[in-house]
Amino acid sequence: MSARNATQGFSPARVIAVLVKEFIQMRRDRFTFSIMVMVPTMQLLLFGFAINSDPRALPTAVHIADEGRYARSILAALRNSDYFDLRATAATPADAERMLNDGDVAFVITIPTDFTRDIVRGASPQLLLEADATDPAAASNAVAAFNMLTENALSDDLVGPLGKRKAPPAFTAVVHRLYNPDGITHYNIVPGLIGVILTMTMVMVTAMAMTRERERGTFENLLAMPVHPFEVMLGKIIPYIVVGYVQVTLVLLGARYIFHVPMLGSLLLLGSAIGVFIAANLALGFTFSTIARNQLQAMQMTVFFLLPSILLSGFMFPFRGMPHWAQAISEILPNTHFQRVVRGILLKGNGFAEIWPNIWPLLLFLGAIGTLAMLRYRRTLD
Amino acid sequence: MNNATPGTAFAIDVRGLKKRFGKKIAVDGVDIQVPEGEVWGFLGPNGSGKTTTIRMLCGLLRPDAGEGTCIGYDVLREPEKIKREVGYMTQKFSYWEDLSIRENLDFVARVYGLDNRKQRVQDTLKRLGLSERQNQLAGELSGGWKQRMALAACMLHEPRLLLLDEPTAGVDPQARRDFWEEIHLLSREGLTVLVTTHYMDEAERCDKIVYISAGRVVTRGTVREVIEQSGLVTFVIGGPDVRRFIPQLEGAPGVEHVAFFGALLHVSGYDRNLLSAALAPLKNISGLEISETAPSLEDVFIDLQRPRRQAA
Repeated sequence: MSARNATQGFSPARVIAVLVKEFIQMRRDRFTFSIMVMVPTMQLLLFGFAINSDPRALPTAVHIADEGRYARSILAALRNSDYFDLRATAATPADAERMLNDGDVAFVITIPTDFTRDIVRGASPQLLLEADATDPAAASNAVAAFNMLTENALSDDLVGPLGKRKAPPAFTAVVHRLYNPDGITHYNIVPGLIGVILTMTMVMVTAMAMTRERERGTFENLLAMPVHPFEVMLGKIIPYIVVGYVQVTLVLLGARYIFHVPMLGSLLLLGSAIGVFIAANLALGFTFSTIARNQLQAMQMTVFFLLPSILLSGFMFPFRGMPHWAQAISEILPNTHFQRVVRGILLKGNGFAEIWPNIWPLLLFLGAIGTLAMLRYRRTLD
Repeated sequence: MNNATPGTAFAIDVRGLKKRFGKKIAVDGVDIQVPEGEVWGFLGPNGSGKTTTIRMLCGLLRPDAGEGTCIGYDVLREPEKIKREVGYMTQKFSYWEDLSIRENLDFVARVYGLDNRKQRVQDTLKRLGLSERQNQLAGELSGGWKQRMALAACMLHEPRLLLLDEPTAGVDPQARRDFWEEIHLLSREGLTVLVTTHYMDEAERCDKIVYISAGRVVTRGTVREVIEQSGLVTFVIGGPDVRRFIPQLEGAPGVEHVAFFGALLHVSGYDRNLLSAALAPLKNISGLEISETAPSLEDVFIDLQRPRRQAA
């Protein structure tokens, strides 16, 4: 019939049809929309302010069996370092052990009897630091600081009899880290958040968007219309790409003006890399939606995918610390590659050549999953 | 059985359609030939395969076996072409409840790539009396208005064939009547319609009916033909409190089924003599009026739904 557009192939007009519909529905669904704005804001504040993998002022008890001047120097040095909060004195070793056991303190420092005398004699006495290592991440930096501190404190004291009269040395914990010389956690966490937030919302909304059509019965109608699966997918995905960029902008603004994260690389390059990453996640969400029978299942699949994306991607824990099998799994996850890209661009000022080794795996993922989504989207109800 | 006169063009012409889901055979060799411009009723109990047949006709399901055409396109090879020229109204309301009437129609018009979209949507809204409600969300509409909107949406692209799956379920009598007037109007304009229903009065509004049971066509034809083919004999008993006779009549030889409607007891069977014998004890009771009548479509359908009988 004349009224009908006769083309059988790809039609941008039909993509726009789906796109317009999705935008209207998104606008009506205030709840989902506010969640998508709230998620990046909440995570930014939680991860940026609340989570700190280099904790300071850890509660510490001291057991002092020697009142000599070197012992006092050590204590002064520890007090000046902000890693240790010397809040308790243990009368006996048993007392100290109890405090550690009860979790009242994270560390016990024991200064043995005749500590000062043994140093003067050159007998090299042992200074004991007992750490509650149940959270190794929390303790490790403090332990490193402890070694450094005590060494400095003693070397200054041992210069000569007049050394003690000099101005007190500035005791600082020197922890050497490249790209983040101050060891500020949120330099690492905040850019990484972009990857986590995008994985979470992009996979979820697309997984839900398609399953919702099926659950409400509108899917049958969509199938009965002459619209190609690829057109449906594009039309459904594009609005969420826009949402994704809104989220990224929120996080980047927060990173810049709240957390003062350095941005050394090109934001344009970052923006392009983010585009690839968003598309990969949307394709995955679309694939989930072709498998899930209802929105609950779609949600469960999203969480199933989200956990390794947070835990194994290098966002939370160092990638190199993981066993090989875990590294192999995380190499498949788009977020792993994206973490390297976003941190590389922002913190190290990487250019295209440096990030390419992590861009092509994203493209490969996008191509493979996108094809799978197309194959799984059936044009009939069988 | 083929009701078509030679030379008639068929909007639907399929033979031996089969569809199974796992072990269950949903449709088991259905033949349907609907001439262009006619309105056919598609009847049968729940789960008899009506929806599955309709989905195969409009390209939503691929038949396991069988062949034929729908508006001239092969049902096996050209489902995408069929989709463009068929209007399909699903049993459950399947438009977007978070879109307004107008937004739904706009979406449909865009997907079909219709020219003069605004004008077309405007005209369709007007034709179905939806203009004033066009900005209301579809989810907020009552059953009758939803059905009207769905009809508007599935005829927006000027299809040549309408497949309507229980369009009037849960709709009040006035809305049903309006709906059927619209159907007949469309039919006069040359549109072919295949409509499933459970309502007898709607079946009687169709040019012909096809009745299927357990995936097979049991009977077809005009209402009169279907009644005649049934071979059913029906007596009606009128009088005070006639329902009390139901138990004794139901067990009697020759009585196929007893139904009470229109304040009358309908007693049907195939053997007039046996039926008369069964009714003999009631003839002496004063106040009862017993007479033979032409079986109604409802009598025939109740009989067809009995598992024992398969083919006429």
